[in-house]
Formats: sequence, structure tokens, C-alpha cells
Amino acid sequence: MSGLEFSDLTVRYGHGASAHTAVDGFQLTVRPGTSHGLVGESGSGKSTVAAAAVGLVLPSAGSITLDGADIVGRSAAARRARRRVQLVFQDPYSALDPRMPIGSSIAEGTRATQRKWSRPEQRDRVAELLERVHIDPERAGELPSAFSGGQRQRITIARALAAEPSVLIADEITSALDVSVQGVVLNLLRELQRELELTVLFISHNLAVVNYMCDSVSVMQGGKVVEAGPTSTVLAAPEDAYTRELLASVPVMGRRMTWDDEQPGA
Amino acid sequence: MAIPSIASTDPAAGPGGPAVARRGDRGLLGGLSPRSSFILRRLGRLLVSLVIVVIATFLIVQLVPGDPVRAALGNSATPELVERTRADLGLDVPVPEQFVNYVSGLLRGDMGTAIGSQRSVSDTIAQRFPITLTLAVAAFLVAALGAFPIGVATAVSSRTGRHRLADLGISGLLGVLIAIPSLLFAVGLIAVFSIGLGVLPAAGWGSFQQAVLPVIALAVGPMAYLARLVHVEMLSVLEMPYMTTARSKRLPTHLVYLRHALPNMVTSTLTIGGIMLTGMVAGTVLIETVFAIPGLGTSIVSSITSKDYPMIQGVVLVYAMLVLGLNLLIDVALATIDPRSSITEG
Amino acid sequence: MSPRPTASPLLDRLRTPRGVTGAVGALAIIVVAVIAPTVWGSAADTTSVADRLTGASLAHPFGTDELGRDVFARVMVATRVSVLLTLGATAISVIGGVLLGAVATVLPRPIRRLVTALIDILLSFPWLLMALFFSVIWGASATGAMLAVGFAGVPTFARLTYTLASSLVGRDYVKAARIAGVGQVEVLVKHVLPNMLPPMLVNAAVSASGTLLAFAGLSFLGLGVQAPEYDWGRLLGLGIARIYGNPMAAIGPGIALVVCGVIFTQLGELWNESSKRLLGLPAPVRRGPGVSVQPLAEPTAPEEPVVQVRDLRVAFPDRNGDLVERVHGISLTIMPGEVVGVVGESGSGKSVSAMAIAALLGPDSAVTASELSFRGIDMTAPLTNAERSRLGLELAMVFQDPLTSLNPSLSIGKQLRETVEVHEGLSKAASTKRAEEALESVRIPLAAKRLRQYPHELSGGMRQRAMIGMGLMGRPKLLIADEPTTALDVTVQRQVLRVLHEAQLRTGAAILLISHDIALVSGFCDRILVMKDGRIVESLDADRLHEARHPYTQGLIACVPDMTSDRTMPLPVIGALGALRQGQEPLVEGPDGERLTTTEGQRA
Repeated sequence: MSGLEFSDLTVRYGHGASAHTAVDGFQLTVRPGTSHGLVGESGSGKSTVAAAAVGLVLPSAGSITLDGADIVGRSAAARRARRRVQLVFQDPYSALDPRMPIGSSIAEGTRATQRKWSRPEQRDRVAELLERVHIDPERAGELPSAFSGGQRQRITIARALAAEPSVLIADEITSALDVSVQGVVLNLLRELQRELELTVLFISHNLAVVNYMCDSVSVMQGGKVVEAGPTSTVLAAPEDAYTRELLASVPVMGRRMTWDDEQPGA
Repeated sequence: MAIPSIASTDPAAGPGGPAVARRGDRGLLGGLSPRSSFILRRLGRLLVSLVIVVIATFLIVQLVPGDPVRAALGNSATPELVERTRADLGLDVPVPEQFVNYVSGLLRGDMGTAIGSQRSVSDTIAQRFPITLTLAVAAFLVAALGAFPIGVATAVSSRTGRHRLADLGISGLLGVLIAIPSLLFAVGLIAVFSIGLGVLPAAGWGSFQQAVLPVIALAVGPMAYLARLVHVEMLSVLEMPYMTTARSKRLPTHLVYLRHALPNMVTSTLTIGGIMLTGMVAGTVLIETVFAIPGLGTSIVSSITSKDYPMIQGVVLVYAMLVLGLNLLIDVALATIDPRSSITEG
Repeated sequence: MSPRPTASPLLDRLRTPRGVTGAVGALAIIVVAVIAPTVWGSAADTTSVADRLTGASLAHPFGTDELGRDVFARVMVATRVSVLLTLGATAISVIGGVLLGAVATVLPRPIRRLVTALIDILLSFPWLLMALFFSVIWGASATGAMLAVGFAGVPTFARLTYTLASSLVGRDYVKAARIAGVGQVEVLVKHVLPNMLPPMLVNAAVSASGTLLAFAGLSFLGLGVQAPEYDWGRLLGLGIARIYGNPMAAIGPGIALVVCGVIFTQLGELWNESSKRLLGLPAPVRRGPGVSVQPLAEPTAPEEPVVQVRDLRVAFPDRNGDLVERVHGISLTIMPGEVVGVVGESGSGKSVSAMAIAALLGPDSAVTASELSFRGIDMTAPLTNAERSRLGLELAMVFQDPLTSLNPSLSIGKQLRETVEVHEGLSKAASTKRAEEALESVRIPLAAKRLRQYPHELSGGMRQRAMIGMGLMGRPKLLIADEPTTALDVTVQRQVLRVLHEAQLRTGAAILLISHDIALVSGFCDRILVMKDGRIVESLDADRLHEARHPYTQGLIACVPDMTSDRTMPLPVIGALGALRQGQEPLVEGPDGERLTTTEGQRA
């Protein structure tokens, strides 16, 4: 099986009476070169899925494979395979070391390629990547504080690309940004996906953005997938009640909100 | 090798989610209410601390380089005297047995006999301890009662920015008072009130007049420190959204500050206040020495100088237990006052 | 674009008064420590029977000691020993603490908890007590005291290191480095240590001043430096012994101690950003004289506007104290029962405007308006008690983060009740009854129980509904909701908006809803005001959104994908794409926006 595949992924935090199952028997296959949306509200476990895929969290059960190779665990093979999955974080303000020039941060990303880079090679690569995300390569020596939120998010994308990934996981990458900047980052991601033939796992709480960005989608609730399928099908004709509730809750431009008689939860 | 942060990462934190963090794991005490689990944890810590203190004081004699008995008696003492004293002190038996004897002695309230005075250590301590406790508690009350009004008033005033010069002056004065060690303050007080004006005695203990200068000397530095802490805490509380909510209700000013601001700074100031209170307990050592007060402080200094180890062990133990007792008091106060006290602890 | 971080922030801070004091003081200490033995050495050691125990004089500013040696010279000479011992002890504390803390960070979990618990226990003992304990073991000598004071400080730095490292290790940039395959040790060296350094330096400097005093204490007690050596503490002890004869012999070394301690602290504050709060704040500008024509009338007739704003300007002082205008003369009118939305991005001035309308901006703001009134109350003038009561009952606020906008120390019930208890003089029983009704009307079940709970016991959505319920306690005529659902999930957002809507229906209050989400505002409000850079650029009816004429409004509408967005086309972007190629952000993301004021660089 190729692509990024999660099967029966389970992640628990804590132990004893305080244990909490964040992800519970999660199933997902992202086909190569496509983008898959992962939708859910806070606490649904979608960010934990991302953390498990890049090795920040050790699953309690289940497996994650990339093009058939196991990417979970501490073995050298798993580590190597895992480097081809890169993560872009939600908050561009904490994703860059405030005391490290952005060029060095990006250069650090080239580590994941596990090739030897000479200094000039590395410099050229950083310039190329900055160019790619539409940031002036001359500014590689500046600190993150010199950049705005949208620019920083593009820099973190460049850092992820430096690893030459085949899968890019975007974890709520626009939710900390102003709407006008959001479009720039989304367009960039689409452009990169097309040009680099990336496989993208796009995590978001925003159904409209997922609808625009993704070929297929999974809806998560309480650590489980409640509905999955092609975006057009799932969002146009949702079968699951929770998906329907989510869809009904999204404000639509220029459409008066209506209030039926649903009971507000706790 | 896992980096620890992951354990503390909030599993429930969602995208752009609320800043509300689900608090970390409760470990074995997960089933209890937060408050009782907080108190239980603190009691456990107290117990462990006690054990550490007892072991540490026991080890004093063992860790001293060379022969402690010879060191205590001096080079002129005869070998017979040294051996007899060693037997008196119970140091002629194997170390484990010494420890058992030490602990069982403590349980009976027997801390041995001082080498110098040949008096029971417990008796000396029983006589001197109340003096030290009175001094520390009086100083703490003065510090706390002075610090809160000053800190709150300067914070409110500096926020409205109406009296900038006065604010700068007071904050400068507090800075200077913090920098002056109690020892020095004591000297200054003696110079002015005992020597210069001749209105208050510079030494001794027993009367109210004799207590004034030592208490002030011990209280002023911590008071200034606490006042500045209250000031900073108050300023940060005043910036919180819930204070805007309170102001939006157009409540009378005193309600805004007393009901809405003050309770939110109690936890932090009480925590720091507790640390300062224990610091004051230690500070009595210096102040008692300056003012020649017959408390535990003077006896620890003289016993360290004369290498009177049973006395040192006893006094250090009592000081440490006093500190632990005060910590427990503070913890109980925290658990009673703050509805969330148990949660704020990682 | 935003300024490049060229000058070192430390250099900037050196130019402040505090920086100058610190730098000059440090230099002075070094100079005295180096030259004192040469310059004052002979005076400090020359004994003279004739001059013994004299008081302060021109020749001997601090008098002489029992051997006729000049105390002032001895104080100067003692600088070197005192400072070196202090630095030595501080170094022991810092190095020992950092090592212990760093080791604790990388230990496996059970051992880590054990070590940190031990550190906490040690921390609960005062320094002096620990130092006394150690000095018993190491004996009364300068080295023994240095070790004692140094080791007594280890737990403090171990705890600090552990806390800092644990928090830094959780940052996304550290995770990113790990994902890229950077090893644990390298992560510590490249990312954790550099970011730990500034707070460590602050604490080391502050701790040095404490160490200096601790040392003085030990020497004073006779447990530190021993004769014939001397440091400030021993000189102080000798001086105190004869304080009746010559107070200066005690005060002299005391002054040296205080000056040196203050300089150490100042050096620490140099790194400490918080110090700028007390210095360099500009003289606040009082609220300008409002030229109000509105008479002070009792509740106005229904056709009178609830809010009338003309030419509202709000300015805040920047770092240098110069006033910078953030809202540039906006005007708006809100009629009774009207639901008005204000849309804009960070830094557009929408929240500031709302706070100005409610007269809730802090004292450092400068608000001027040719008219700013709420139901006949002039909000630019000082309020009378009657006006305050009316405002408290008629104007309600809901803020973005429901956890911090409710007071964590007070029960929900107390917070709900107090408005009517204060302004209407209601009894506790009556106000409790009303509070229960208010909670029920915002769809919070078990109201009586909820009233006894504290905010942290409620879910996010429930807290926000409780906030709305709080606004319903009086007789609300206007509800200002500033991003009330931004921190909430969409399904919860819907519940909160619904409650807001129902509250509006029931009370007939007007609503001013502030949001960055134009889709939400268009679905909830009657009228939309679009704000950008402190100005209202467009005002239009919600159902005529498609008629928006201002390019910014059109951009805002177009740049957000919705369920009907064409996937084959890139999203329209505000601003020219050509500008993007030069690394420029679209024009809406100004460098003076709120975003940049919260950047990591300035926070650290």
C-alpha cells in the first residue's frame, strides 16, 4: 500500500485513573499526491494524529506506514522513513526559534535529508526555498521578529520543504492568521503541492477551507473517524449526524443564521 | 529518549482552541478531589522533608572532617577526656547504632547534652525557642500588614499615572530598602534610636521596648520586597480581562479592588510570603546576634564556633522543623482560600 | 515593512538611566577591586598605637580600628575579597544548579519526578539555614563559607533551569528541530540554552546581590572570612562591636555592601524587560474635553440612538512616550434594538473603538470625540454616580476569552448578582432569583447549582453564555460583544450566538458585535461596518453585502473560501501579487498591527 496510512492508531496520554485516550482506533489512508482533510473540533484528537505521524508522540497501538514502510518507533529505519513526513505548526510565533536567523532554521530542516550539505550548497538551498515561498532570500539573516505572521508561516513551510518531504502535514496552519493573509498561505500550499507532487494531510476545524483545499476528508470526533470520503460527497451529503451539525454551524457569507430547536450541549 | 515536554502537552488542546488547558495528570491521586489530593501530596512532602532533616542533622557529626570530639575539646584535652566524651556522646558505637539511638532519643524528646555547658540540649532549646518564634512572627506580621496597603496603593496610583514623581520615589525607596540587609538595618536603627536619640534599648530581650528595634530590623527588608511583589501582582491583575468586566459593571472603586482584584493575588503573594516568613526565621540568627537576644540564633552561632555538635544538631533540627511547620501552615491557608490552589500546581 | 532588528537590545537598554548606572557601577567595582590593594594597601595595614579607635575624621573617614588602621582603606581593600567570594559562590550556585536542572530534564520520568521533588524540598529551606548547615561541615573559613553559600543556592538554579528547559522543550520550534532529526544534545545547545540565557543572567545577577549579603552575614557571625583576612562582613562585625564609639566603622562597610548589592541588581534588571514598566512611561494624557451638546436626560425616547459617536479618535503612547493615533475619527450611530457588526483584522482598531464607546480604556489612552454618548450620557466627561448606575445596568460587555473575562476567584453567582445588588439595591434573595432566571434564559440548566460554581468548573461555551447572562441581569440597552466566539469551536459558537440572538429578542437591546469573521457578522447582524487601519471604510446592510463598493470590503469577502469556492482557481488575495515577490505582505497586514506587538522576539 502506498501513501500515508494509519491503521487502528490509538494514543493514550497519562496513566492510571487519569489516562485519557486522545485517538482511538483511527483509520486513514492518504493516497500519494492527493490532499486529505482532517476535520474536527478541539479535543477530537486530530492534532495528536499529526504528532504521532512525525514521531512526537508514541502510539499505544496501531501502525503508521509511509509507502509501506513503518514510521513508528525508535528504530533507525523508522526514523529515516519518518523524516519524509514533515509538519507545519499552527502558531507561526512559536514555531520559529526567536534567537535563530530564519535562514539557519531552514538550513536545520535540510538535516532530515541525511545528505552532507556544504555551506554554499546549504546557502543556495535556503535561498531557493525562500524564493519558493515568496520571501526575499536577502532576508535569510534576519530574526523571526522582523517578519509578520503570514511571512513566518511561509518560512516554517520552507523549513518543512527543506527536509524534502513526500508528505506534508499542515496542522491548522491558517487559524492564527488574519483572513487576508490566510489566502496567501493557502494558495502557496496548493501551488507547492501541485509543483512538488506532495501528499498533504490538511488538518483544520474550518470546513470551508477543507472543502477548498482537499480531495477527500475525514471527520473526527472523540478520537474516532465518524465519516470519511471524497470531499464533495461528505460535505454535500453528510451521512453522520455530527458532520451535519458541524456543517450547519458554519456561518455562510451573506446568509442569515437560522435557529432551529436543537439543544445546546454542556 | 523522549523529551519530557510531550508528557505535558495538552492532549485536548485543539486548533485555535480555548486557552483553557486541561490540567496535567494527577498520578496516583487521580481519584480524589483536587483539594484533598493537594493536601495529601503536601503532607507526603512534609513527611519526606522531615526524614531528610533528621538524617541531615544526624550526618553533621559524621561529615565533619577529622575527629569531631577532638575538634570540640581542642588540642589540649587529654586522650582520656576525649574518649570519655566520645562515650558520653554515644559516638563509640557503630554508625547504624548511633542513628538508631539518635532517632529514638528524638522520639523521647532527648537531643543529648551540650558539650560546653553540660546542660540538656532540649532544655536549652525549650527556653530559647519561644523568643525566636516571637521575634519571627512579630516581624512577619509587621511586614505583611505594612506591605499590602503600600503595594496596593502604589499599584493603583501608578496605573492611573497621576502621581508619577511620588510613584518613582516610593518604588526607589522600596528598592533601596530591599537592598539593605537586615543586619545593616539593625546597625542603622541602633545608631539612630539607641545612640543618637537614646530612646530605645539596643540589646537584650524581655520588654516591649527591647523588641521594637529587632522586629523592625527584621521586618523592613521583607516588607519592602513583599510590597513590591504586591505592586507588580496588582498591576498584572488590573490588566486582566475580568477587571475590565468588573469595571464594565461600574462598581464602586473599593469593590473593584477589594472584591475583584485582591483575591486573585492572594495565592502568589501568600506563596512568596511563606518563603519570606521562613527566610525571616533564618534571619533571626543575624538579628539576635546584633541585639544580643538570648534566642536560638545566638546559641547556634556560639555552638558552631565552639563546635558543640549536640547543640548544633538540636538547634538546626528545631529551625528546620519550624520552617517545615510554617510551610504546612501556608499550604493549608492556600488550600482554604484559593478555590483553584490545587490546580495551579503542576 | 517592519524594522530590521539591527542594534542589540542590550545596547539599547544600556542607554537608559538604569543601564548607565549598572554599567558605570560595574566598572567602578572592577576598578576598585583591581587597584585597591595597591592604592590603599599600606594605609589598611599600617598600625599606629597613637591613632587607635579614633572616630570619623577627614583623615580617617570611617575612623580607625583597635590597631589604628584606617577603616576606610580596609573597606576599599576588602572589595576584592568580598566580590571574588561572591562571584565564586554565585558561580557554584549557577553551575551546580544548571547541571542538576539539565540532568533532571533528560532523566526518565520516575527519576525526574524524584529529583524535582527533592529540589522542591530543598528549596523550602531558607538559604541562610542551608548555608549554616554547610558551614558546620566545611568549617568556619572563607572557602568553607563560599562552598556553603554556593551550595545553598544550587536548588534555586536547579529549579529555574528545570522550569525554563521544560517549557522551552515544549515549544514548536524545538519539536520542528526534532522532526528534522536534530539530536537531543544539539537541540539543547542550539535552541534551549540560547533562549534560557537571558532569564538565567537576570537571576544570576540578582542572586549575586543576595550572595553578597549572605556572605556578609556569615562573616559577621564569625563563620566566614577569618582574621587576619577581612571582607566587608567581618569589618561590619568588628564595627558593630564598637558601634557606640564610632558608628561609621559599622556604617562604612555597610554602605559598601549596599552599593555593591544595588549595582548587581541593576545589572540583572538590565536584562529584565519588565523594568521598563516603571521607567519611561509617558505622562498620560487625560481624556479630552468632550464637546457634548447632549443634555443630561433621563432615558431617551425610543427613536433616540443608543450610541452616538462623532469623530472618535483614540491614541496610545508608543515605547518612547509619543502618542500614536490608532483610531482616526470614526463616527457611528446605533439605534435601539439594532444589531451592528464591526469587521476588521488585527490592528484595525475595532476593539479599541468599542472599548472607547464603553469608556473602559485604560488611563494611558487618549480619547477625544466631538460626540461620544450612550443614551444621553456623555462618555467623555467624568461620570456622576447616577450615570454610573445606569451604565452598569444598561451597558453589558462580552469579551473574547470567557475564562479570563470571568473572575476566577468569585463564584458565578456572586459575579452575576453584584451589578443589581450594587446599582438597584436588590437583596441577596432577590438577586439570586434573578440570576437563576438569567442563567436559564441563556440555556444553562441546573442554574442554582451553577451559581455556586467557579468559572473553571464550567466549559468554555457555558462560561461565555454565563457572561451573556450577566449582561441580562440589569436592563440592557446595548450589548457589546468583542469577538465573543473566536476562542470557541464552531458548534459551540453557534450555541453562543443563538443565546445572544435570543437575549436580543427578549430585551430589545442593541448589539455591537465585533469580529474578524465577515461571514459570521453577515449572518448575524443587520448592518456591517468595515474597519481598516483605524477608519470605518464602509458601512452597509448585511443583506446587501454583494453591493460592497470599497475594494477592501470586496477583498475581505472574496479572500475567504466558502462552501462554494471554485477549487480550480487560486483564492483572490488582497494586495498585488507583484508586491509579494519582493517578500512584501499584502497591504492589510501593517507593521503596526496588534500581531507584531505580540511577537516572540519582544516577549522574550
